[in-house]
Amino acid sequence: MVSVCFYFQVHQPWRVRKYSVFDIARNHDYFDHKKNEEVCRKVASKCYLPANNLILELIKRYNSKFRVAYSITGTALEQFERYTPEVIESFKRLAETGCVEFLSETYYHSLSYLYSKDEFRRQINLHKKKMKELFGQTPKVFRNTELIYNNELAHYIEGMGYKGIICEGADHILGWRSPNFVYQPVTCNKIKLLMKNYKLSDDIAFRFSNRGWEEWPLTADKFAHWVSSVNGSGETVNLFMDYETLGEHQWEDTGIFEFLRHLPEKLLLHPDNNFLTPSEVIARYPVRDKMDIHNFISWADIERDLSAWLGNKMQNNAIQELYMLEREVMASGDHTLIADWRKLTTSDHFYYMCTKWFADGDVHKYFNPYESPYEGFIAFMNILNDLVVRLRSEMKYRPIVISEKPSALVGRH
Amino acid sequence: MFGWEFPPFSSGGLGTACQGLTKGLANQGAFVTFVLPKANFEINENGLHVVAADKFLRKHIEIKVINSLLVPYISSEAYNERILLAAKARETANSSNDLYGWNLFEEVHRYAEKAKWVATAELYDVIHAHDWMTYPAGIRAKQISGKPLVVHVHATEFDRTGDHPNDAVYRIEREGMHAADKVIAVSSYTKMKIVEHYGISPDKIEVVHNAVEFSSDCAFDSRECRPDMKTVLFLGRITLQKGPEYFLYAAKRVLEKEPNVRFIMAGSGDMEPWIIEKAAELGISNKVLFTGFLRGKDVDRAYRLADLYVMPSVSEPFGITPLEAMRNGTPVIISRQSGVSEVLTHCLKVDFWDIDQLSSQMLSVLKYSSLHSSLQANGHTEVQKFNWNEPARKCMGIYNQVIR
Repeated sequence: MVSVCFYFQVHQPWRVRKYSVFDIARNHDYFDHKKNEEVCRKVASKCYLPANNLILELIKRYNSKFRVAYSITGTALEQFERYTPEVIESFKRLAETGCVEFLSETYYHSLSYLYSKDEFRRQINLHKKKMKELFGQTPKVFRNTELIYNNELAHYIEGMGYKGIICEGADHILGWRSPNFVYQPVTCNKIKLLMKNYKLSDDIAFRFSNRGWEEWPLTADKFAHWVSSVNGSGETVNLFMDYETLGEHQWEDTGIFEFLRHLPEKLLLHPDNNFLTPSEVIARYPVRDKMDIHNFISWADIERDLSAWLGNKMQNNAIQELYMLEREVMASGDHTLIADWRKLTTSDHFYYMCTKWFADGDVHKYFNPYESPYEGFIAFMNILNDLVVRLRSEMKYRPIVISEKPSALVGRH
Repeated sequence: MFGWEFPPFSSGGLGTACQGLTKGLANQGAFVTFVLPKANFEINENGLHVVAADKFLRKHIEIKVINSLLVPYISSEAYNERILLAAKARETANSSNDLYGWNLFEEVHRYAEKAKWVATAELYDVIHAHDWMTYPAGIRAKQISGKPLVVHVHATEFDRTGDHPNDAVYRIEREGMHAADKVIAVSSYTKMKIVEHYGISPDKIEVVHNAVEFSSDCAFDSRECRPDMKTVLFLGRITLQKGPEYFLYAAKRVLEKEPNVRFIMAGSGDMEPWIIEKAAELGISNKVLFTGFLRGKDVDRAYRLADLYVMPSVSEPFGITPLEAMRNGTPVIISRQSGVSEVLTHCLKVDFWDIDQLSSQMLSVLKYSSLHSSLQANGHTEVQKFNWNEPARKCMGIYNQVIR
């Protein structure tokens, strides 16, 4: 038996605007509404709406044999509610089919696990509440931002009562082993681990339209054949990718929608194949081995590590300054201020500051609303300075002091 | 190769670029005869052979009557005096078109006439002429020898005058580009101008970006922003093309936020008196220091003294100074209206007219030490790519195309 387990990541950050030094203490609106709305509308029309329609169509056509999972961030949902409510409605219709599972993650798609376990837990719970509210489901399987994962994290998530957790099937972790089985983290005895089959996932997500690839063009037939060949040497093929793959990263004219439209038919031709959601895979298959992942891994870049977000001085500086404000921000009790601070925890802001252009530059540039990582850093730091001004608003306004290390923020004690 | 200036006797980027390229070509195995209108020195190293044109001339070129903007060979003091006079003359004449006197053109043509002696005496396969003053000489040499001509555009009259070209200069430029077998532009930015204003087919123009020469002491000390007094540097001719007034307006805005910053303006030029007065008018005279024209080691010292280098040029065909600053471990902010912004990534970029953005960027670099050190370290790494062997290799390729 081979089960195909699709999970699609849906995320949009609250992009911040070009916030200048002169905006500090004058303008508390950090987010680029025009840009965010523009991106949201564009991706909704190219991806979210047509892809949701297609998936709904497939679920109906194959009598609920086609099943998928989503992880949708809170920041994406907030933007859909504001700019494209029809996307929310469309996801609700998918939820009603009973064939769609919604996964758990931090509401703000943050790196909070690395800096504040308290905030991490709070953001997971916020997300959980949102899932229940919108889709009537309580998530059972957790995926961390950018599939950042290690043993300790798995243990923590097990402690929160989750049944499953997801990570990258990185070569240097798996070695000779296959990602196509259910594993268990060495630190756990209840939670199960699903590992991404990155080769088959990336065939769709990255290589699908690459004419230089020897397998181009990728047909549903061919892909179904590859999946079926796992029979006998694996139980689940975990295809995890950004949802924007459908129609946005791979444009409609590449044939990506047609590929997906025909995939269930071709896969279900083989009686030993089916589609399951992550929770169903976990319920169906036993743990085949323990998995020991001591160092953090992620699904990003060639390195599969944290260097895309925390690889240089600016990124580390910015994120440390951000979390240094956590206690004061929470203590303020000011909901707007707390929400603004949390929107800044989104990992994308640190990704924009990445300077390792040379190997992975293309992908980084494509997603970067700034001209350079330096511009991204400047806007972010200026905003943090303004947050401090707001926090201290009860105090008389003080001019910005060019301060020395370790903190570049105003008036820190 | 026909040039107008050559270090150590140079007033700007042209001489530096000519020297770098010439050495790069020598490294590629080329034999270069570099012809200058006047040189009281002669060097001969690594196949690099500089010929003083006046060896072939009975009479020395009279340089003191040539307009200051284009005179590379006088001291900075004399230059300053001349600038003040020129500026006064401009005020009364009330037109920037009077910038170039008839003497200059006469000199240019006399140089071209004398070039035929060089063209006959020297052995060569290709003629390479740098900027408009040498184009007539290049054309003359081509007529005499029948050898192919490459003209190298380091700047156009549109860059120098802020789109108010002197017609005589423009005509010489145009004639040179049309007579040439190939035109080399120092950036795509410049190539676009050549296509737009000079009616040259894009196919005839090759882009060869400039580079920077690395001496043995190119290592930099990883220094931090000075806590007490930070320094922002402008280095270049104080003239319209280089945007010194935008630097000054941005300085004013920076000082409103952060008084512990000083601004150094290194260079001389026709706008210097105006800029000095403007600084006084803005009430920042005590924070803006003028060094006059710097050369040699003083230039590197200025970069190293600075916590930030700014090139706010209005129109910069290439712009070699940011590379020099980066080589010295100084973070840079550059105008988007420059050729060098096409090839640099580890720096901040700004539209020269955007004072808000420029001053905001200046404050950010001075304020956030991780930004300062990242720009410093990544910039220093990036600048290593820009050595003269690559442009020289491209030039060799172009020579091989035109030598038939």
